[in-house]
Amino acid sequence: MDFLASVVAWFADPQHWRGDDGIPTRVWEHVQLSGVSVAIAAVIALPLGLYLGHTGRGGFVAINVANIGRALPSLALIALGLVASIALGLGLGFWPTLFALVPLALPPILTNTYVAMRGVDADTIEAARGMGLREAQVLRQVELPLALPLILGGLRTAAVNVVATATLGALVAGGALGRYIVDGLALQEFDRLFAGALLVALLAIVTEATFGILARAARYSGSAAE
Amino acid sequence: MRRFLPTLVILAFLVSACGGGGAPSGMTTIRIGSTNFTEQLIVGELYAQVLEANGYKVERKFNLGAREVVVPALESGQIDLEVDYLATLLAFLDKNATGSTDAATTAKTLDEKLRARNLVQFDFAPAVDQNGIVVTKETATRLSLKKISDLAPVAKDLTFGGPPECPNREFCALGLEKVYGIKFKTFRPLDVGGPLTVTALEGKQIDVALLFTSDAVIAVKGFVLLEDDKKLQLSDNIVPIVRKDVADKGGSDLRTRVNEVSRKLTTAELTELNKQVGVDKKDPKDVAREWLKKQGLLR
Repeated sequence: MDFLASVVAWFADPQHWRGDDGIPTRVWEHVQLSGVSVAIAAVIALPLGLYLGHTGRGGFVAINVANIGRALPSLALIALGLVASIALGLGLGFWPTLFALVPLALPPILTNTYVAMRGVDADTIEAARGMGLREAQVLRQVELPLALPLILGGLRTAAVNVVATATLGALVAGGALGRYIVDGLALQEFDRLFAGALLVALLAIVTEATFGILARAARYSGSAAE
Repeated sequence: MRRFLPTLVILAFLVSACGGGGAPSGMTTIRIGSTNFTEQLIVGELYAQVLEANGYKVERKFNLGAREVVVPALESGQIDLEVDYLATLLAFLDKNATGSTDAATTAKTLDEKLRARNLVQFDFAPAVDQNGIVVTKETATRLSLKKISDLAPVAKDLTFGGPPECPNREFCALGLEKVYGIKFKTFRPLDVGGPLTVTALEGKQIDVALLFTSDAVIAVKGFVLLEDDKKLQLSDNIVPIVRKDVADKGGSDLRTRVNEVSRKLTTAELTELNKQVGVDKKDPKDVAREWLKKQGLLR
């Protein structure tokens, strides 16, 4: 009970709500880091998944290659990223963490996009072609709206994974919410540590919920296309 | 007979663990712990190898974390020996205790605090490793910094980087504020005098860094170590700490073996050892072995 009270007190302390180490700053850093990671992964994986799914070629190979990203430990990637980032003069923190987070976000986006595209009813596509739509139109006006809910599901998985893993960035002098966890451990201030973990969990839930809302909206637009 | 076999195996194990060399009987394994920076790994190796050569069985539990982890581990019996620093350990054990610039005086005060926790210190080494406040040559010239007190008027525009536990430490940010009146713009948590701190200072992500005075990287990178003109840093001599029951069991043999190493360890020797590992990237094990051989402590 004492411990919970100390965590509540930690949150209540106005000192923890301002400045470079304040909760708003750390949450923003976390959102920024996660957002950029997922965005980069999406820029790579979405077009690739759409193309492979549309043509139905080479998908198996691409997904298996991307899945390596799932198998690589993020901690090892961060360490590698740190070495690379120092060599390239990109500094500590942000870039090494990004290096670990992008491979983590790639596989769910690519796999879901590919599977979503393959899952679109073949008769519907044939009908669209029969109506004289060009391939680009088929992709944009028929396949994409129908595949969208599942594609968003991939982005959601990627984003939640990334938000939870972005905490590792604190190990390479990054900011974000991992700071509270790493510093809390170093200082043996367990209220700070627990507060950090709690904030990360909350942010992951908010991420999950946001994509849930997006997915619902996408389903409506999808059924409108049908 | 079969029923006795496991017992026999265990007995044989125990006997073989105790036998050989000059290790006192009843002394099974000695577990050496260390905190998480290069020097600690090297110094831990020094004691480990000498004890091994003298018939002790040593288990290395290095790189455990900050002092906040290592000291409780020692008290609770998860490790048997750790190497610490006089004044910093004293301040850790008792926030109100005042160390001294004289090592023997600090050691005496420390002794009482240790006894209350069932811990014992062996002889401290001549080697001193203090927290050093370091800037790049460029920053030193630009702001004409020579002493730490020169930082006071300009600190409000500077970023300070060091170990995450620094803001709560008397010999770090806390002391800089109390003794020197230095309040930096921000503090950036990095690592304990390690590669993150060095890279951040070089890359201008921080302006002022906490590194260790025995770290050869300061000279190699051409950094400037600011003079501690108000004597914030006290006598931080290297000192091995053991739990009382281990010290009793080990008796004079353990004490002598450990003290032999400490006696030869000077600041110059320590800095050279740190350089071989931190700058020349040699293995701490090899560096320790060579040094011990040179000192005649290992054949």
